Amino acid sequence: MIPSRSLAAALVAGGLLAMPAQAAGPAPLAAQGCLGCHGPNGAGLASGARLAGRDAQELATLLRDYRADRRPGTIMNRIARGYTEDEIAAVAAYFAAIR
Amino acid sequence: MPITRRAALGASLAALAAPALSRAQGAARLLVIGGGFGGASAARFARTQYPELQVTLVEPLTRFVTCPYGNLLLGGYRQIGDITHSYDGLRAAGIRILHDWAEGIDAAGKRVRLRGGETLAYDKLILSPGIAIRYGALPGYDEAAAQALPHAWVPGDGSQTLLLRRQLEAMEDGGVVGISIPANPFRCPPGPYERISMIAAYLKRHKPRSKVLALDAKDAFSKQGLFQDGWKALYGDMVEWVPASKDGKVARVDPAAKVFETEFGERHRLAVGNVIPPQSAARIVLDSGLAAQTGWAEVDPRTLASRAAPDIHIIGDANNGAPMPKSGYIANSTAKQAVASAVAALRGEAPPEAVYFNTCYSHVGDDYGISIVGIFRPGPNGFVEVPNSGGVSPRGDLPEQRRLEAIHADTWYASITRDMFG
Repeated sequence: MIPSRSLAAALVAGGLLAMPAQAAGPAPLAAQGCLGCHGPNGAGLASGARLAGRDAQELATLLRDYRADRRPGTIMNRIARGYTEDEIAAVAAYFAAIR
Repeated sequence: MPITRRAALGASLAALAAPALSRAQGAARLLVIGGGFGGASAARFARTQYPELQVTLVEPLTRFVTCPYGNLLLGGYRQIGDITHSYDGLRAAGIRILHDWAEGIDAAGKRVRLRGGETLAYDKLILSPGIAIRYGALPGYDEAAAQALPHAWVPGDGSQTLLLRRQLEAMEDGGVVGISIPANPFRCPPGPYERISMIAAYLKRHKPRSKVLALDAKDAFSKQGLFQDGWKALYGDMVEWVPASKDGKVARVDPAAKVFETEFGERHRLAVGNVIPPQSAARIVLDSGLAAQTGWAEVDPRTLASRAAPDIHIIGDANNGAPMPKSGYIANSTAKQAVASAVAALRGEAPPEAVYFNTCYSHVGDDYGISIVGIFRPGPNGFVEVPNSGGVSPRGDLPEQRRLEAIHADTWYASITRDMFG
């Protein structure tokens, strides 16, 4: 059995303390929810539309339109109503940045 | 997929700069117990998003058979290989996988003892062991009875699901298939009703004089109106669902005679009997003192940390996540928040804002799907569903909606298992 190290030593050695604050959320947790249907990294899979690499404005507008029932959907209207304006912007920016 | 993977990891470039150092001198140790929807998701998310972590996964079985789509196997639409997954992808991602049983947790000493003799120390533990069947809670239903009256609710190596399938294949036309459905809470709230549907689909094609008799300990269930509309449309009077208020609650089973006896003494003799039994959190949660009186683990809704042991995050079906369902998608969603919260705690930071996502599709027929969506956030006293969001598919004569949801269900299965196993 490996003897228990002190937490501080483990953190420094592991590089955790050295990481910048913005790395705390690797992807917004809101965007993680999309991956259950839209394929790895939002690349699209079968009937799950591609999200990765699409224009952020386009994605945000789609989500807002689903949320307001301006656009018909199978389940996306019900989903989009659960998210805030900030989350929609973060999700759109995240997938837009994946190349 | 090097390109997309690099993009996903982009935010963690600072950590990538010194992986050799962290390996050599000992990275923070994340231990995951359980390789299902919660545990596999947690391990892979941790390994890919926080490459500086040393991730170990303990799972007794060498292959994972999913509960989702098990009902489609019963309906004859899937084979066991279609719902069986290997851990090779997780191993290739750099996760240490030990196929062993976790026997006990020393929460104060932050150590886990394995049946094989090894003891593993951790900095943070993600506990995702699933459920245990409460044998004996339904009189007559013990482990031996499960060989005559399969539960097919904890697939294990798949043998329970296959046993029920073989019994359906062996029965003669004109028989009654009984399904005993428990009170809340239990794994996969819409699961019993999808099972009714898929068994009816099989009988309609192969044994059309047979019927499904579903005896329920409840008076209401998930997606009820949608399921009942679908049963009527697809299966006519082949399906009979009996609520608790109409003596639907099974009080005793006789495995030798294949009889379900209800609360008020009616004895239903069956050709095939499927008992979906009362459940609790898995044994290790109970044995480690991590379960409340209810039999489920209480957790912080922001971090999934155990109320009894803050360095243990309990995810998946083992926790009391109500009003979130005990579903694969919630296990996947809470896995990511648990890992992110564990890492934040190791760094001395606050956990990220939590939002949990669920979609449960059910097949009423092969090309007839329905769904329920839920988005949840932490509240002052537990989990709270976001008002005016989510909900079930629209009712009415909507064949295109049903067709598309069946297709999207298949997409969900393919996508989420990729998210879990790579």
